[in-house]
Amino acid sequence: MRRIASVVAVLIAAAAWNSPALVAFCGFYVAKADTKLFNKASQVVLVRQGDRTVLTMANDFKGDPKEFAVVIPVPTVLQKGQIHIGEKALLDHLDAYSAPRLVEYFDEDPCQQILYERAMPMPRASAVAGGMAERDTLAKSLGVKIEAQYTVGEYDILILSALQSTGLETWLRESGYRIPPGAADVLTSYIRQNLKFFVARVNLKEQAKLGFTMLRPIQVAYESPKFMLPIRLGMVNADGPQELFVYALSSKGRVETTNYRTVKLPTGMDVPVYVKSRFPDFYKAMFSRQAAKENLSAIFTEYAWDTSWCDPCAADPLSSAELRQLGVFWVADLGNGTRPGPRFPIPVPGAQGVFMTRLHVRYDAAHFPEDLVFQETADRTNFQGRYVLRHAWTGDSTCDAAVHYRAELTQRHEREAQNLAGLTGWNITDIRRTMNVDAPPAEPAAWWQKIWK
Amino acid sequence: MIRAAFRFLRPIARDPRHYQIAILSALLAYGMLGLDFDIDSGSSAVILSTALLTQYLCTRAWHLSSFDPRSPLISGLSLCLLLRTDDIELALAAAVVAVASKFIFRVNGKHLFNPTNIAIVGLMALTGRVWVSPGQWGNVAFFAFLMACLGGLVVNRASRSDVTYAFIAFYMTLVFGRSLWLGEPLTIPTHRLQNGALLLFTFFMISDPRTTPNSRVGRILFAFLAACGAWYIQFRVFRTNGPLWSLAICSLAVPLIDWLLPARRYEWGQPKPEALLVEATKPQRIPFKEVHI
Repeated sequence: MRRIASVVAVLIAAAAWNSPALVAFCGFYVAKADTKLFNKASQVVLVRQGDRTVLTMANDFKGDPKEFAVVIPVPTVLQKGQIHIGEKALLDHLDAYSAPRLVEYFDEDPCQQILYERAMPMPRASAVAGGMAERDTLAKSLGVKIEAQYTVGEYDILILSALQSTGLETWLRESGYRIPPGAADVLTSYIRQNLKFFVARVNLKEQAKLGFTMLRPIQVAYESPKFMLPIRLGMVNADGPQELFVYALSSKGRVETTNYRTVKLPTGMDVPVYVKSRFPDFYKAMFSRQAAKENLSAIFTEYAWDTSWCDPCAADPLSSAELRQLGVFWVADLGNGTRPGPRFPIPVPGAQGVFMTRLHVRYDAAHFPEDLVFQETADRTNFQGRYVLRHAWTGDSTCDAAVHYRAELTQRHEREAQNLAGLTGWNITDIRRTMNVDAPPAEPAAWWQKIWK
Repeated sequence: MIRAAFRFLRPIARDPRHYQIAILSALLAYGMLGLDFDIDSGSSAVILSTALLTQYLCTRAWHLSSFDPRSPLISGLSLCLLLRTDDIELALAAAVVAVASKFIFRVNGKHLFNPTNIAIVGLMALTGRVWVSPGQWGNVAFFAFLMACLGGLVVNRASRSDVTYAFIAFYMTLVFGRSLWLGEPLTIPTHRLQNGALLLFTFFMISDPRTTPNSRVGRILFAFLAACGAWYIQFRVFRTNGPLWSLAICSLAVPLIDWLLPARRYEWGQPKPEALLVEATKPQRIPFKEVHI
């Protein structure tokens, strides 16, 4: 018997007059009213234990809700209870909790030194990045079967199966979804793997009744040995590389990809203090440079930590209620509502049994030809993207230590400038100018350099 | 003087294990320095030392004539390249299992499992606290090419390149065949085959001449079974590291294949293996001390 698969998320959208446009999940794409598709950052939460997966997909679609539609390959015909509409705030919390962060240290008077630290979060990931009878008849004639249909929250959802991609493509197009050219080729392989298609569009009446202005994330729960995320459909009409953030929540440990290199983001470097006011630029430039260094073929781990604590915390840890809402089914609801978990309880490791991995990938068809495949590892080593600001002491003490401190400060600033240039690729001269420091004195000329001058 | 150097190097060059040790060491250095493998030099040193120590102790326990460090070095280096764990004790256990398995699991004078393979698969199955990161190599074509060349050199020296080429051919057919059937672009199967971990498996693990069947037909049959198993685990059961699991399972069939298709057994560093014939039809117990491990 065929063990098919998993989830996939793909977005296709359609925009046609009076009909749903499109949207994107999983790095998928977002469509504007016209045909042009623009890439946006997508966020996905993957909750995994054994063969059970809960997938949450969020997008930052800001257009007219009636122009929104998604198509997501799923392994089985989902029952209504397997579909849920989540809250965007949960993803924002996950994002803030796991984002790369700046840590500040303030130098004390060198004569009586004590250091303390303060953490601040990084920019959020989102900142970076017809008639029923007629429809059924048409579906049948095209080899498309409407397996189920539900209204969940503000979405009308169809579960489709298809015999061939051209039939599915035609049906979607006839039903008002505009499929990007080339999507049929990708649909073929999903159909041959016996995947079903989860199609959602906004029910405007329900949306008005519920009073939501933003589109909320769609969650699906399913059981399948496949642990992967389909990105191929989203790349069909992609306008350049796309950005995807995956928050993987596992009871076992860190999650990594098995068919692409998973690399840790550089961390722990001292950078100039002015980065504090340019953190989003720093983060984007650093990520771009690191991705380029990996030949645009790697996925970056930005955070890996037991969710029961953090150090330093960019945001409070998630409460058990929040984790359950995200689909972490093995965590008991402790009844603490949205009350955050403690920041420093260094608890029994794995007390909540949830280990979080934040993965960030910039991908395009040339470097990521196949869907992302993941595995849970037993690695519970903590990791975070963390960058250190050291504020210089500006007092006027004149003890020996203070004199020595001032002499070393120049070298420290130079190291910070070099670090920043290395991480981001920014021009070292510009960095020094912004830091208001001079370049280090050139090495004295060699004796032979003056001979023939 | 040149003649003297040649005389000195000739026996070294004759044994493919020397090439294998050099290449695995170079790959480990590249992995640690260039690819940021999740293993540090301290852990590597501990794994290698444990493998050597286990070999020494087993040599004494089984009353072998001499201690040969080459095989445990190869097993230790392979473990450093493939095995990942947070617990150093499990890494040590893997080194012990790898080397000790050669002495314990023996049929007709041959050890049954590739040492590295059984250590990794055994610990993954029993503890769930070790893993292999097949994506750690990336898919840089240059690197794949380099590994293939270097690996090819080793297997050619080991005179068992047939099993490697047969495995590649069968596995490629299956992977490309599935993609063609699904209508996937060929960049997908190509990307899957450009995996450094797969190349390492193909050129350095399944090619182990001491654990593959003795006859050429048997080896090709073995490669076919291993490729089918790897494909099934990878693409039908959807588990990672299909080749590793498949090799461990298929190794159990090697005595049967040797029985069905008898031939001479391979010995390391012997230019004329005919001198060490073992008639499989008349199983002949080889004195343990004569076996190179």
